[in-house]
Amino acid sequence: MTASEKLNRREVVKSLLSNRGETLVVSGLGQPAYDAFAAGDDPRNFYLWGAMGGAASMGLGLAVAQPERRVVVLTGDGELLMGLGSLAAVGAEKAGNLAIVVLDNERYGETGQQKTHTGRGTDLAAVAMAVGFRTALTVADEADLPEAIRIAREGEGPVMVVIKVSEAPAGMALPPKDGAYLKMRFREAVLGDRTPG
Amino acid sequence: MQPWQDDIYDALTEAGVRQIAFVPDAGHKRLIERCLEDPKMRAISLTTEEEGIALLGGAWLGGDKGALLMQSSGVGNCINMLSLTKTCQFPLVMLVTMRGEWGEFNTWQVPMGRTTQEHLELCGVACYRCDEPEPVADTVRTAMRFAYYTNSAVAILLGQRLIGAKIFEEGEAAR
Repeated sequence: MTASEKLNRREVVKSLLSNRGETLVVSGLGQPAYDAFAAGDDPRNFYLWGAMGGAASMGLGLAVAQPERRVVVLTGDGELLMGLGSLAAVGAEKAGNLAIVVLDNERYGETGQQKTHTGRGTDLAAVAMAVGFRTALTVADEADLPEAIRIAREGEGPVMVVIKVSEAPAGMALPPKDGAYLKMRFREAVLGDRTPG
Repeated sequence: MQPWQDDIYDALTEAGVRQIAFVPDAGHKRLIERCLEDPKMRAISLTTEEEGIALLGGAWLGGDKGALLMQSSGVGNCINMLSLTKTCQFPLVMLVTMRGEWGEFNTWQVPMGRTTQEHLELCGVACYRCDEPEPVADTVRTAMRFAYYTNSAVAILLGQRLIGAKIFEEGEAAR
């Protein structure tokens, strides 16, 4: 398969987040954050610019706090590999409203396209199943994408959807990076009258 | 007088803390058990401490207060993740049982235990300390108020003198 035939991450995320309703999004640092922002800024997106390895845990805390809303963690293979152990807590807690979507380009895109372990044998969906996720799957073809997106949006969690995407750089689309601002607007949007802090 | 661990539990309950992130620890054993039994709380066990920093950030985004229970050795694991807390001005409450100080037997606990407070302060975490049971209740309440009123990170260091040094077999200690 050539790079041009592989899924385009921006298109994938745009489909995933279209008509998102009340969905809450935590995006891991680097391209996944840019992807989420490029799909349309929303106060219910929390863009990480650091805290590598923490996106899944952050999604879990949010999912436990907001059990009535869908929480989607949108992250990369490199970010998730750094916090692989955190999947054990996600699996154990069985948060039904939590989905982790991995945009897997098998590369550390921000640091010079070095290969990650997913390009060398690590199967993240298999890891997710082994630690107790209810559903986990890997897709690489356009034809499988609609069903994968449906599972990410509606499947009983915890869900992991690994989407193999092109390693071609998608370019910059920089979301706000003032963490306190991102926190405040998220809490206002989600908690309404409850005092933002 | 009730055990100091129950004073902490009462303070957490009064403050409406809902998510308790913890790494198994002998000093926190009783507190962890009480939190696990409490249907109003969600006690979440971690595989490493920094997961708790991120988890409680997410909890706060969703409107839940939290607390993170760990041992002093775990503070070292948290350092980069504390940049999330600082950058986003998340309130954070850490309850840290100390090793490597009063009556320590295990050499390997000393490097982190002796520098725990300095590490935390360098990361912008305000430290409170208890070496006796009497001030525990008031210290925890005060530290939590500070964290939640000022969007700050706090750590309550529970000294090894308070907890009691871990006892090893005599033959073990001689080696």
